[in-house]
Amino acid sequence: MQQIFNFVIRNKTFLLFLLLFGIALSMTIQSHSYHRSKFINSANSLTGGVYGTVNSVGQYFDLKEQNLILVEENKQLKEQLLNSTKTTETVSIDSTFTEKRFSIIPAEVYKNSYNSPNNYLTINRGKRDSIQQDFGVITSKGIVGIIDNTSNKFSTVLSILSKKSRINAKLKSSNQSGSLTWDTKSPYLARLEDVSQFAKVNVGDTIVTGGQSAIFPKGIGIGTVEEFKTDATGDTYTIQVRLFNDMTTLQHVYIIKNNDIEELKSLEAQSDE
Amino acid sequence: MNSVLASNTIRFFALLLVQVTICSNINFLGYINPFIYIIFILLFPVKSNRPLFLLCAFNMGLIVDMFLDSGGVHAGASVCLAFVRPIFLKYAFGTLYDHQILKFNKLQLNELVVYISFMTLFHHFVVFNLEIFNISQILLILKKTLISSLFTVVLSTLLILLFKARK
Repeated sequence: MQQIFNFVIRNKTFLLFLLLFGIALSMTIQSHSYHRSKFINSANSLTGGVYGTVNSVGQYFDLKEQNLILVEENKQLKEQLLNSTKTTETVSIDSTFTEKRFSIIPAEVYKNSYNSPNNYLTINRGKRDSIQQDFGVITSKGIVGIIDNTSNKFSTVLSILSKKSRINAKLKSSNQSGSLTWDTKSPYLARLEDVSQFAKVNVGDTIVTGGQSAIFPKGIGIGTVEEFKTDATGDTYTIQVRLFNDMTTLQHVYIIKNNDIEELKSLEAQSDE
Repeated sequence: MNSVLASNTIRFFALLLVQVTICSNINFLGYINPFIYIIFILLFPVKSNRPLFLLCAFNMGLIVDMFLDSGGVHAGASVCLAFVRPIFLKYAFGTLYDHQILKFNKLQLNELVVYISFMTLFHHFVVFNLEIFNISQILLILKKTLISSLFTVVLSTLLILLFKARK
């Protein structure tokens, strides 16, 4: 017994090093292998507060660019409205009972990263704005990511620029679906995998969200086909996608809340039993 | 003794703030960021007790991890760096370290640069190994290590000299 104590006291630095490094290593492995980063994340009031202060100064530097993006979005919406063939006849008399399937919550990006293998954004909406895990995040141009952790006022978003992210997407023209991943090489390019060889793919085709999950509605823009090749097995295409969004300059984003999510989840839970 | 504690506490928070607000948003050439928070580990008093040093380094890395959402990458690398620091101190300063009369503000520039370079290379190598976590991408790890280290070494040498002159 005495010898054990002596050993511990003699090697206390080394043992402490092993302990601390073990903790750090297990957190690293956990962050690489599971979808959720549970222990340490930037959705808390300390990091949110610091990033918020920085952002309140930094946001002035790209006001002009952000204004142009908003004007562009307004233009698109106006065009949709003016060219819409539906007239007022379709408006229901009592709108209390027509439920919205998706609600949209605007948010501001406090922190953005795009140079590590798994990238996260921090945004200024949280539980008190009824944000939960697995809500989709988009901009006017295309998708950004999925809500990962939430605190009271802040949330982290798992960016589509992440090895862990897999999003159901499809070719707009032929409806053939695949899953969108990232090969960590460039923040402007993503990769669409497992697209059936039966699909007709052309360079420049549009890729949109597939709508097979409850996270994103169908038909939100992702990007265009940059190049495509047959993968090793020979029956699927792997497509390089040039993203619509410039993921390096995100400022204003929208969070999509699927109002049917509770019902969908309980239905899925029932069918699992 | 109290001034040592105070200066290290101030250095801890100042470096942390500069790291997460400025240095992690530089993105030079798209992916190169300096990690200047290791100055805290570089300049930690030599004669302090080592378990405390390891704990301080771990906390520093953990808070950086929290801000950058990087799991435990920086915590692990910082603890490693703090643990192996005596080896690098001995290599860079030789007898000065052996005789326990090392003072960081009375050093030759070339010795300081050698010390900072080796410490930075080691730290960045561990960081990118943990971050990429795939030994088959060793070339990418080495490339990132070299370029980021260059950036960190230049910046931290300048910062250390700048704040030394003021004393």
